[in-house]
Amino acid sequence: MTMIEAIRDAHFVAMEQDDRVVVFGEDVGYFGGVFRCTQGLQERFGNHRCFDAPINESGIVGAAIGMAAYGLRPCVEIQFADYMYPAYDQIVSESARLRHRSAGDFTAPLVIRMPTGGGIFGGQTHSQSPEALFTHVAGLTTVVVSNPYDAKGLLIAAIEDEDPVVFLEPKRLYNGPFDGHHDKPIVPWSQHPLGEVPEGEYRVELGKARIHRPGSALTVLTYGTHVHVSEAAAEESGIDAEIIDLRTLVPLDVDTIVESVQKTGRCLIVHEATVTSGFGAELSAMVQERCFYNLEAPITRVCGWDTPYPHAHEWFYFPGPDRIADAMRKVVST
Amino acid sequence: MELNTDTQLDLHHTMVRIRLFEEAAGQLAEAAKLPGFLHLCVGQEAVAAGVCATLNDDDQIASNHRGHGHLVAKGGQFRPMMAELMAKSTGYCKGKGGSMHISDLSVGMLGANGIVGAGVPIAVGAAWANSLRGRGQVSVPFFGDGSTNIGAFHEAANMAAALKLPVVFVCENNEYGEFTPRDKTMAIADIVDRAAGYGMPGVIVDGMDVVAVYEAASEAVDRARRGDGPSLIEAKTFRFYNHHGIQNLGLRYRTDEEVEHWKQRDPIFTFEDQIVGAGSTTREHITEVWNHERANIADAVEFAEHSPTPTTDQLLTDVYTISSQTAEVSP
Ligand SMILES: Cc1ncc(C[n+]2csc(CCOP(=O)(O)OP(=O)(O)O)c2C)c(N)n1
Ligand SMILES: [Mg+2]
Repeated sequence: MTMIEAIRDAHFVAMEQDDRVVVFGEDVGYFGGVFRCTQGLQERFGNHRCFDAPINESGIVGAAIGMAAYGLRPCVEIQFADYMYPAYDQIVSESARLRHRSAGDFTAPLVIRMPTGGGIFGGQTHSQSPEALFTHVAGLTTVVVSNPYDAKGLLIAAIEDEDPVVFLEPKRLYNGPFDGHHDKPIVPWSQHPLGEVPEGEYRVELGKARIHRPGSALTVLTYGTHVHVSEAAAEESGIDAEIIDLRTLVPLDVDTIVESVQKTGRCLIVHEATVTSGFGAELSAMVQERCFYNLEAPITRVCGWDTPYPHAHEWFYFPGPDRIADAMRKVVST
Repeated sequence: MELNTDTQLDLHHTMVRIRLFEEAAGQLAEAAKLPGFLHLCVGQEAVAAGVCATLNDDDQIASNHRGHGHLVAKGGQFRPMMAELMAKSTGYCKGKGGSMHISDLSVGMLGANGIVGAGVPIAVGAAWANSLRGRGQVSVPFFGDGSTNIGAFHEAANMAAALKLPVVFVCENNEYGEFTPRDKTMAIADIVDRAAGYGMPGVIVDGMDVVAVYEAASEAVDRARRGDGPSLIEAKTFRFYNHHGIQNLGLRYRTDEEVEHWKQRDPIFTFEDQIVGAGSTTREHITEVWNHERANIADAVEFAEHSPTPTTDQLLTDVYTISSQTAEVSP
C-alpha cells in the first residue's frame, strides 16, 4: 500500500469507529484532496463529515479548534505545509494553549495534516519543512511520518489523542521510500516491507521512536524522508550506522536516543529543514546534556542550507546520500 | 467607446503574446524540460491585456500563481521570462524565482506569488508608497475568485478603501479554485458583491471581451489616479487548461461541455473576427502577428535552453545566512 492509501485508510478507520471525526480542507471533499489522501471519504460518510473548505487556512484551523472544543474530532488538511502560515496564529495562540489557559476545561483534540518537504520541484512555497515552528510551541504534538505502516497507525493514534497534533507527511514519500537518488526510478512501497499495512485498526504510539537500521558505528537521528536517504548513505558507504526514525519529535523518545548514543558514542543528525534553529539543534543539545561523557566525536548536523528552498539547484539544497555519507565518515573517523 | 485602431491592435498583439508564451511553457513542462509547477492562463488573456493596456510603465501590478500573462501584458520580455521558468541564470530572477515567483521591478511587476492572496496587500502597500510620493501611479493586484476567501484579500481591500488608496483590484473569476467549484466555497455568485462591504465601487465585466475589460479598467484607473480611491473589477473568465500544466493530473472536476462552451468564446479568436469585421485589420496582418511572435517565442525557448544554470555559489547569495557557522562546510 502507498503512503497515500495508508493515510486514506486511517481516515476510513477513524471515521468508521467514531462519528465525531470530521475531515475537511481545500479540495478535500468533492475532489478527494490534491494528493488523493481523502478520496472516497465524502462518498462514504457524506458531506457533513467530509467537506471542502474555502481557501482560508486560518479559518480551517480556527473552525477545527471550535469543533474540537465542542465535542468533535476534526482532522483537517492544510494542502501544503507552506500554506499554513496564515493558520499559524490559530495553531499557536489558540489550539496549543486552550487546555492550559482553561485549566483543563477546554481541550482541542484535533489533527492538522500537512504534506511537507521538497524534492518535487515545488520551489520556495511548495517544499518547506516547518517542523521546528511547531516543536518550539508548548502544547503541540508534532509527528513526522516516514512510511505507510507508521502513517496509518500514527494517524489513528493522533486522531484519538486528546490534544492538538501536527501531522507532517513528507510528500516525496507518498509513493515510495525515496532515498535521495532523484535520477533513479523510485522503488514503490509495494516492494518495501513497511508498505505492508494491516487492514482495520491498529495504533503506533505517539512519542515512540523506531530503530530503522540497527548498527554500532554511529547513531543517526532523523525522521521523514531522510530516514531512507540516511539508509542509502549507510549502505553505500558501508558504515554500520544505527538509524533512528524519531517518528514523533514532540514528545521525543529520549530513552531510545540515549541508549543508542551511549552504545555508539557518536551522533549524526539529519534533516531537510534549514539548519539554523532547526529541530537538529534541539536534538544536539539534548544528546550532549545526556550523553556528554559517552561522546567520542562532535555531534554533527547535515541539514538544508539556510536559504529559501531553491527553484534552481533543488538537489544541491536537498541533503543527499553523498553529503550524509561524507558526514558519517567524518564522525566515525574523529 | 470606439477604440482607435492602434489600441485594438495592441490589445490583440498582447493577447497573442500571452497565448504563445503559455503554450510554449506548457509544452516544455509536458516534455519535462521545465521544472516546477506551472499555472497557465490560456483563456484568460483578455483580462491581463485589457487591464495592463490602461496602465503606465511606472504603475505597478502584483500577480498570483497564474502570473505569466500579467507580466507579458505589463511589458515582460520572452527571453528572461522563459529562462526564469527554466531556472536559468539569465532569467528575470536569475532562476531563483521560477514561474510562481517571477518578478521584474523595472516594468512594475511586483511578483507572481505561490501563496494565494499574498500579493494583494503588497499591491496596497505599493499604492500607499505611490500616494506618499505623489507621482500619481496606480497599483493593480490580480487575483482569482478563490483568493477572495482568504484573510489577506479582505484586509487589503479594507485598508485600501479606508485609506482611499490608488488601487484597482482585479479579480479573474474563472469559477474554480483548483479543483473545487466556486459555489462550494462561497455563498455569493458574484465576487463584486464583496466591494460594497468595504465601501468601494465594483463592476462585473465579460472577461472574454478585451474591449470591455479595457473600458472598465480605464474608468477604474482614472478614478484611482484622480485620488477617488480604490475599486474592484470582476472579470468573468475561464481557464482552458487544467489548474496546473496542460493536463495536470488528468482528473475530472468539470465537464467537457463546460470547457467547450467557454472555448467557443475564445478571447483572441472572437476579437479577431471583430476587428477584421470592423475593417481595423486584415487576416493577413493577423497571421503576421502570430508568425512574428511564434518566431520570438522560439527564440526565447532556444535562448533559455542554452542559458547556463546558476552556479552553486549563487545559492547563498541574496539571503542573510549564517550557514557558515555550522561545522559542515557551506556550499
Ligand atoms: C495560502 C494558500 N493556500 C492554498 C494554496 C493552493 N492553491 C494554489 S492556487 C489555488 C486556487 C486559487 O484559486 P483562484 O484564486 O480562483 O485562482 P485560479 O487558480 O482559479 O486562477 C490554491 C488553493 C496556496 N497556493 N496558498
Ligand atoms: Mg479561480
